Amino acid sequence: MQQEEKNISLQTLKDIHGIMERSSRFLSLSGWSGVWAGCTALAGALAARAMLLQLHDSYRDYYHQTVSIDKTAPEYRQVVMNFVWLALGVLFVALAGGVYFTWKKAKKEGATIWNNASKKMVAELLIPLLAGGVFATAFLIEGLELYIPAICLAFYGLGLINGSKYTRSDIKYLGMLEVALGCVSLFVRGYGLLLWTIGFGILHILYGIIMWRKYDKA
Amino acid sequence: MKKAIEQLNKLFDSRIRIGIMSALIVNESLNFNDLKGLIDVTDGNLATHIKTLEENNYIKVHKGFIGKKTNTTYTITRAGEVAFKSHLKALEKIINDIN
Repeated sequence: MQQEEKNISLQTLKDIHGIMERSSRFLSLSGWSGVWAGCTALAGALAARAMLLQLHDSYRDYYHQTVSIDKTAPEYRQVVMNFVWLALGVLFVALAGGVYFTWKKAKKEGATIWNNASKKMVAELLIPLLAGGVFATAFLIEGLELYIPAICLAFYGLGLINGSKYTRSDIKYLGMLEVALGCVSLFVRGYGLLLWTIGFGILHILYGIIMWRKYDKA
Repeated sequence: MKKAIEQLNKLFDSRIRIGIMSALIVNESLNFNDLKGLIDVTDGNLATHIKTLEENNYIKVHKGFIGKKTNTTYTITRAGEVAFKSHLKALEKIINDIN
């Protein structure tokens, strides 16, 4: 009798804990979303590298500022604009796939993708992200493209830290790594694209696999 | 000393009412669909349990609008918080006492 009461109470507490967690954190975020976003970033980075090599024999010479190029030249502006379109394309493909895998996971769990917690997560993520977008645009207009990878990494990382309150807390550490990479890239000229590739490509894939093993696999 | 089992709040006998309280205690406010997404329950049943909790002054109902659509949200009251927390304490006591 007493044992039965104990079991019922234990189950009730477990249910309560489950609802508290599900109502305040978006737990359907899929590890595959991270892997997809990372692969998209890698593909985008390869395309960007090809575009840079087309611009100069050695893009690193330019980024190390050992050669100077005419930034007002139409070819240069064209490459910059191609870069912008490529970046927006990568963002769209990464986001679409990311949403798809998370939607699939939520459906499997009988949960919805658009609920109280996910709305809050997206809103918190968007604040630094939009600020970063404004910064990147302003730097682009000023001809300071060199700093854009740093801006992308740092503001994206801040967005993740901000949004992590409403999802798995592991995301916070990914955010911190992105911010750190962004800061590093301010000082190591010529490795912007490489650090961008590590931050958006490699780290996403690694994190996706870790998250998948930890939460999705079972 | 009162037995832990007697300290359990009768109002929280229901799985659905416990669900509503659990969700509202960790969120500033939630609407009907949020609650429905968290608890496995029919619309009518959920509405009835919400009404009971409201009548006992454990939760508060706010009627609002998003555009032209009504958006009713629910928040937990101070009394509801106190009652739910002591219910949780009683549950923990049952688990810890009997051994």
